[in-house]
Amino acid sequence: MVAPDQLLQLVLVGITQGSIYALIALGFVTIYNVTGIINFAQGEFAMLGAMFMASLAPLGLPVPAAFALAVGAVMVVGGGVERLAIHPARRASIVTLIIITIGIDIVLRGLALLTWGTDPLPLAPFTPGPPVSLAGAVITRQGLWILGTTAVTLAVLYAFFEYTYLGKILRACAINRLAARLTGIAPERMSLLAFALAAALGAVGGIVIAPLTLVSYDMGLYLGLKGFVAAVMGGLVSAPGAVAGALLLGVLESLAAGTLRAAYKEALAFLVLFLILLVRPQGLFTRAIGSRAGL
Amino acid sequence: MSRRTDLLGLGSLALGVGLVPLVFTSQYHLSVGVFIAIHAIVTIGLCLLMGYAGQISLGHAAFYGLGAYLTGLLTTRLGLNPWAAMGTGIVLTGALAYAVGRPILRLRGHYLAMVTLAFGIIVYLAFVEFTDLTGGPSGLSGIPRLRLGGFVFDSDRKFFYLAWAFVIGVLLVSLNVVNSRVGRALRSIHGSEIAAETLGVDSADYKLKVFTMSAMYAALAGSLYAHYLSFVSPPTFGFIASVEFVVMAAVGGLASVWGAPFGAAAVTLLSEGVRDLMPRLLTYASGEHEVIAYGLLLILIMVFVPEGLTVGGLRALRRLARTG
Repeated sequence: MVAPDQLLQLVLVGITQGSIYALIALGFVTIYNVTGIINFAQGEFAMLGAMFMASLAPLGLPVPAAFALAVGAVMVVGGGVERLAIHPARRASIVTLIIITIGIDIVLRGLALLTWGTDPLPLAPFTPGPPVSLAGAVITRQGLWILGTTAVTLAVLYAFFEYTYLGKILRACAINRLAARLTGIAPERMSLLAFALAAALGAVGGIVIAPLTLVSYDMGLYLGLKGFVAAVMGGLVSAPGAVAGALLLGVLESLAAGTLRAAYKEALAFLVLFLILLVRPQGLFTRAIGSRAGL
Repeated sequence: MSRRTDLLGLGSLALGVGLVPLVFTSQYHLSVGVFIAIHAIVTIGLCLLMGYAGQISLGHAAFYGLGAYLTGLLTTRLGLNPWAAMGTGIVLTGALAYAVGRPILRLRGHYLAMVTLAFGIIVYLAFVEFTDLTGGPSGLSGIPRLRLGGFVFDSDRKFFYLAWAFVIGVLLVSLNVVNSRVGRALRSIHGSEIAAETLGVDSADYKLKVFTMSAMYAALAGSLYAHYLSFVSPPTFGFIASVEFVVMAAVGGLASVWGAPFGAAAVTLLSEGVRDLMPRLLTYASGEHEVIAYGLLLILIMVFVPEGLTVGGLRALRRLARTG
């Protein structure tokens, strides 16, 4: 069995990994709530963020500037994708839209392969130095950056939805698209905003995890799938649910990797997805299948 | 389409297939032809599932792989006759699809897509991880060739005829299904599940049956693949393969099973062409770049001709004939 101090270590690693899933899961929830689409390309936003960051970092830009530029660039990609591929087909069926977002996913991955090649790029940790001790467990400095960035991002996101006009009309769109339109909100423009926002969230996740993993063109698929599993665990419509699901998934994976064969870690997320969709498709933390409200 | 045009279509397909090896004699061309046939069998099943029953599957490569691995294991480990192994593999895959499909087909749209995707990835990881059984990443080799009496399907040309004979057989069965009471029931489910149920169609039952049938087609195609190459390894049956089958079905058009062979041919030829062309255009490009073409094609078709190229093409021809 696992010793208590090792358990704490595994949980800490799991929470760090889960924070990344949380950012990506929030992207899924945002787009789903506003447009009703599941965006299969969500993981590629994380990959692109990491790629831009890894390309900008060697230019000698300070980390915050490179960070902002990389996130901005991915937001432009997210918005562009919405205008070019989703907007023209907005009246199509769900199956059609799913296939379109798969197409977007493939194209983005292919373009990254064409631009950056197959060799993984390194990215230096934001602050160099030895790992830090934390209540008996050890965490890398980049791990602290991940936890901190995720916490700040969640706070900013909460403030955005709660206190800004733009955030409020986005929420109105999620609660009832028709009613939102009646009050003069243009749902098409909110769809653009949702994609840009989801792209930014994915990019942040990709950038902060990059120093721990290396950046490669194919890192997006699994990150995206894990983020989706987390979003489904939380019921797909709830932001707090998605964050809780993501942290739980991260910890479960970490425990599985620490106690069973490492290979089972990969299968675990999909097994969880499979079971949840069969037993509780409304998510782990909700009472019943509700309306698509409560972003 | 009426019964007569269907039979006419099958006749001309058989004739066309018979003529191909007389025109294209190189091994390379014939092996591309074999792959088109194998892909077409999977695509016909997906067409039934997506076009007629309106259910999406992003995990059909798993059934394709199960067919391939089961026949491979049964022949190399247990020494079973290849035909018996193929049949057993197809039936086992069908049974698994039935068992898995029962709970998952209650889900719709996005959820169904995701759960089939999860299923596909779990099966793929099993191929990679159960090294003792499947050989892991290095695959399973030495799968025997198919034979009929003393006749061995050992050349590309012989296998080409065999594979296309299977395509025509599968088409015949599928057209029968489509033109029967079952086909009408499936189309009514696609139109409106509630309306269909009100009229007494047991939609869950029909969806499950067509899901199982499409999985068995995929297993048939997979077992043909295994006996053709006599080698199987996990990458052939990953997530990308599932997506490719969906692309083939979408390119061919979901409105009719006739689109499937055309979709399979178009995408297989395109990917061969891109693999050939890309390194010449961009000297540093590897074979993997063909995926960009897939993605773009998928987006363009879904945005502009969501009914697929066969239906879209026919409509364009008709319009041309009217104006010209």
